[in-house]
Amino acid sequence: MKTKRLLTALLLAGLVIIGGAVFAEDKASAPAPAVPAAAAPAPAPAPAPTPDPSGANTGGAGDVVGASAGAPTADDMKKMAAAEPLAAKLADVIGHNRIAINVVWTLFCGFLVMFMQAGFAMAETGFTQAKNAGHTMAMNFMIYAIGMIGYWVIGFAIQMGGSGGAASLGGGTTLDSEFVIHLFGKEFGLFGTKGFFLSGVTYDAVIFTIFLFQMVFMDTTATIPTGSMAERWTFKSFVVYGFFISAIVYPLYANWVWGGGWLSQLGKNFGLGHGHLDFAGSSVVHLTGGVAALAGAIVLGPRIGKFKADGTPNAIPGHHIPMAVVGCFILAFGWFGFNAGSTLAGGDLRIGVVATNTMLAGGAAAISSMFYMWFRYGKPDISMTANGLLAGLVAITAPCAFVNSVSAVFIGVVAGILVCVSVLFVERTLKVDDPVGAVSVHGANGAWGVLSLGLFADGTYGDGLNGVAGTVKGLFYGGGSQFAAQVIGTLTNMIFVFIIMYVFFKVLDKIIPLRVPAELEMEGLDQAEVAVSAYPDFNMRKSHR
Amino acid sequence: MKKIEAIIKPFKLDEVKDALNAIGIAGLTVTEVKGFGRQKGHVELYRGAEYEISFIPKVKIEAVVADSIAEKVIATVMEKAKTGKIGDGKIFVTKVEEVIRIRTGEKGDAAI
Repeated sequence: MKTKRLLTALLLAGLVIIGGAVFAEDKASAPAPAVPAAAAPAPAPAPAPTPDPSGANTGGAGDVVGASAGAPTADDMKKMAAAEPLAAKLADVIGHNRIAINVVWTLFCGFLVMFMQAGFAMAETGFTQAKNAGHTMAMNFMIYAIGMIGYWVIGFAIQMGGSGGAASLGGGTTLDSEFVIHLFGKEFGLFGTKGFFLSGVTYDAVIFTIFLFQMVFMDTTATIPTGSMAERWTFKSFVVYGFFISAIVYPLYANWVWGGGWLSQLGKNFGLGHGHLDFAGSSVVHLTGGVAALAGAIVLGPRIGKFKADGTPNAIPGHHIPMAVVGCFILAFGWFGFNAGSTLAGGDLRIGVVATNTMLAGGAAAISSMFYMWFRYGKPDISMTANGLLAGLVAITAPCAFVNSVSAVFIGVVAGILVCVSVLFVERTLKVDDPVGAVSVHGANGAWGVLSLGLFADGTYGDGLNGVAGTVKGLFYGGGSQFAAQVIGTLTNMIFVFIIMYVFFKVLDKIIPLRVPAELEMEGLDQAEVAVSAYPDFNMRKSHR
Repeated sequence: MKKIEAIIKPFKLDEVKDALNAIGIAGLTVTEVKGFGRQKGHVELYRGAEYEISFIPKVKIEAVVADSIAEKVIATVMEKAKTGKIGDGKIFVTKVEEVIRIRTGEKGDAAI
């Protein structure tokens, strides 16, 4: 314990903002009560939450209440418990099973999202040059591990430490500490303070489930900039970046939206719809990743030979389009976990709508990007079309649970065109070199996704979200204030993430240079940076262009 | 004896080889090569931006034949490798002083 605290202290020394809150949690760690929840199904005044590491005490008769439209009320349960003891015991098992279905669903979807890392690795490597394939793969591979540990040490506590757990998973209530400031007489949650190292009172089966699911989402964000910064980034500075984004930047914004922080409370505090809503992460995951990717690509500068002396771009073709296309397919597959899993409940049958909307938007976007490139350049460019599919998936990620299928297709069609326009804008107007289109796929369409929720949410879902009664309605369904909350959340993300990542990269560059030497860049990064050539037999390669 | 070198489009290789076999050619050496001619490469499009392919992949075939069938070989290559479009390639014919089969030491036409 002592060494652990020492380690904690060392690792967190620089983290002034968290201050003394870190150690408070390690003290209380009473064993969970062995009494089954059935003994007291009525919502008695809750005692201090206790963790349940084994999971045996999670989910009971209390979770039967409100489980479906015809479920018994708490009062029904109370009366029944006295009259029918066997039914009360069975209700306990039913409640446990209900929670079990939700936990299994959440874990299963988390596993799907984890596999998206493979999709990213293949898409990014396929869209870049053969001479850097080992390096691009290495970044995509190591971000999984680096991000995971950064998130375990600090990130998860910042993001979810004050979230109160997840009702659909039957617990996690020991995540009950949010750092709050008071402004205009309202509370502004800034970050959570429980769950460092997943230890102390957060050693709990439900919290571990939440951790796994949230971790793979964070890793999606963290891997996005490896695309925009590919083929010229030093591995050393990449490793530092991996810890920084997973421990600090992603968790802060994610706390504001998903951890009970201030953006999620815009509805309760200021009457703006249900607060900033992002069902599965168009803003939290993709916009964050896209904006960080833009900041990184600006600081890093374009690859040698990307722009001619007069500023017009050269194409630097990806070396393995089939690999990239398969990568995009893997991403599309993982996306079912990404979006449908975000219910955190297999028992919430809205998952059918979520999964189908996800599918439709991706397909619609692939078609619209195909036609856009076809009409504009005469060929249905498969590399842009594959980006188009991803763009549609990014855009539908926020609204997938709140819109109907026609809106989903429309959102996808816009996304497919937006990604093409944005790729050309980033390249030709901003003069930023983004080898795989990460800024456009994740940034531009992440923003479009959260805004589209504020336009198209049709009022069939989301009752009670973020503590606001009533379903979620977008601007076109009479919910203008929801759109306002979406705009605030989007602008906050762009400003916060861009500034913090730009400054981070600038400062890091002074300590550990971000950019490889020019001769290495022309030679290829594989041998110099990660000591492996992706294709050692393939040595008739161009060393410059 | 003549050495006939032809640079042709890669997808024409099988057709040319089969036709040369049919007229009784004894051996053929093939190399994958890249280069440009009057065409000077060409421009391709990637994600809306153009880039230049300055060396185009071709196949070079080489055969050393007796003077008596040289014309026939040339005619066959010309017939089979031709698409009529730019980039069909070229044939180079040179005189060969001597041919020696390493295993037996045979020389001249007997070694072909």
